[in-house]
Amino acid sequence: MRESLGDRLFNIINIILLVIIGLITLFPLYYVFVVSFTDPSEYIEKNGFVLFPEKWSLGSYEYLMSTSAFIRATGISAFLATVGTMLSLIVTSAFSFGLSRKRLRGRRIIMIMVLFTILFNPGIIPSYLLVRDVGLINSVWALIIPVLTSGWYVILMKSFFDSIPVELEEAAMIDGGNDLSIFFKIILPLSSASLAAFGLFYAVAYWNTFFSAVLYITDFTKVPLQIVLRNMLIDSDTAVGGASAMEMSSDKQLPTQTIKMAAVVISTLPILMVYPFLQKHFAKGVLLGSVKG
Amino acid sequence: MDVQVKSKSKTSVWAELKRDRFLYLLVLPGVLYFLIFKYYPMWGIIIAFQDFSPYLGVWKSSWVGMEHFVRFFTNPSFYLLFRNTMMISLLNLIFFFPLPIILSLSMNEVSSKAFKRVIQSVVYLPHFLSWVIIAGITFLLLSQTNGIINLMLEFMGFPKIAFLTSENLFWGLLTGQNIWKETGWGTIIFLAAITGIDSQLYEAAKIDGASRIRQMWHVTLPGIRNVIIILLILRLGNIMDVGFEQVFLMANGAVANAADVFETYVYRNGIQQGQFSYTTAVGLFKSVIGLTLVVGANWLAKRFGEEGVY
Repeated sequence: MRESLGDRLFNIINIILLVIIGLITLFPLYYVFVVSFTDPSEYIEKNGFVLFPEKWSLGSYEYLMSTSAFIRATGISAFLATVGTMLSLIVTSAFSFGLSRKRLRGRRIIMIMVLFTILFNPGIIPSYLLVRDVGLINSVWALIIPVLTSGWYVILMKSFFDSIPVELEEAAMIDGGNDLSIFFKIILPLSSASLAAFGLFYAVAYWNTFFSAVLYITDFTKVPLQIVLRNMLIDSDTAVGGASAMEMSSDKQLPTQTIKMAAVVISTLPILMVYPFLQKHFAKGVLLGSVKG
Repeated sequence: MDVQVKSKSKTSVWAELKRDRFLYLLVLPGVLYFLIFKYYPMWGIIIAFQDFSPYLGVWKSSWVGMEHFVRFFTNPSFYLLFRNTMMISLLNLIFFFPLPIILSLSMNEVSSKAFKRVIQSVVYLPHFLSWVIIAGITFLLLSQTNGIINLMLEFMGFPKIAFLTSENLFWGLLTGQNIWKETGWGTIIFLAAITGIDSQLYEAAKIDGASRIRQMWHVTLPGIRNVIIILLILRLGNIMDVGFEQVFLMANGAVANAADVFETYVYRNGIQQGQFSYTTAVGLFKSVIGLTLVVGANWLAKRFGEEGVY
């Protein structure tokens, strides 16, 4: 069937619209990138109007790489993103897998228990007091253990495991496997796409950890990257609460705009690097069983 | 006879537990996590009805009944917190909520797979940036002295706008950030739901002479109605949650009256000033309202013949 004039017009307008949306999404990122590579003196001279810098400069990156607080905090965030993600994936997948097996006694009660935590949370203070009472304040584990798994992900992952046939396990049982070896040797390898998606979500969440660090980490030598970034990016006189920017740059003046944006670029880099490899799994991770019909 | 049957079933339970011991071992860390970090704090809520002292602990602190709730409801800041929270949420509901639906309808109409994939990669991206980064980018773009948007306005002969320090613009600023960050990501679920629509419906509509826009209206939209309703219920249930990080990062002295929400209030008075019992009461109030809203919205949806969340 030939396209009618109306349909062609519709297509053209639609594509123009999408291109505009794409540009609106990209422009701020492009501008951050450009500013980070602009020579600080050029930035000041043009008062920030640098859509196309005349001379590119690595100065801001060199400065950041010589800032010990930035390097140390990046290391802490990298630890969170690797160790935290692995622990979260193991706990979440083992838990969801167990819940998906009908042999497990009390699975209905446990599911209701998990669902309820999504609907109701006791608020900041009781959780804070718990973390404090178990002595995790100023420990990197306070940023991992209290968020080890999420009710949402358990429910999504469980419905994914529901689709793995029990016969597969039974066959492995006959060959002398037990539930542990079946889980690690058969189920997990079968679930690599789903693990990739949830792994990315966990890794991003750990890398972006901010609020729990505001709550639980008061020692400035132990804060993750987002806290250091906050102190750099937000002027100390307008910020409310938390550590001030003074700690970040006690020896030097407040970081300039170009240095701030270099910090933004560096801290976004890990996400940009894994993004293309994992993008095809996004939809799967979000959707596993969450859309009925 | 009866006794025998009982003991027999008892031994088989044991045998079952023993046979499945590794299965239980797999589940154990998850169960412990939920008990300790989700349910134990629920027990901690009782300090909202006490004058909790960290030195005396929960067992020995004195009971005060509803005193903290009364104090909160009669406090002028209660009105302010409630207003700010509701306004930020409602603006998001009105301006942000429909956008992912519209964008996914639009993306669904693209025939070129490659173009569609590029657009998807681009619009998903901001979702992965932290709120700290988003705040930093916002300052870079909107600062009154050297924000690029204000520089452009100035260049074109318009007056500069105090985006970051104006109370009237604060809620809009938050909504704008949310739209930029999450609209693209929000399309994932709708696009998937659209894929599930029977293509015969489109054929039938075409034969009836429906234009592309009419097909959207009469086939695609009804086809994803379920998902829209489920997400709307969840959104309504979270109406008391406005995202602590975003508000906390964007707030400043100039906009304090528009920016204080329940969670920033709890943080300031609870964590920073140690009024644990009072702020636990505030948090509990917020959580109970939230729970009531989800349950209520879900009940309503089911009454109107929809599937609901649970």
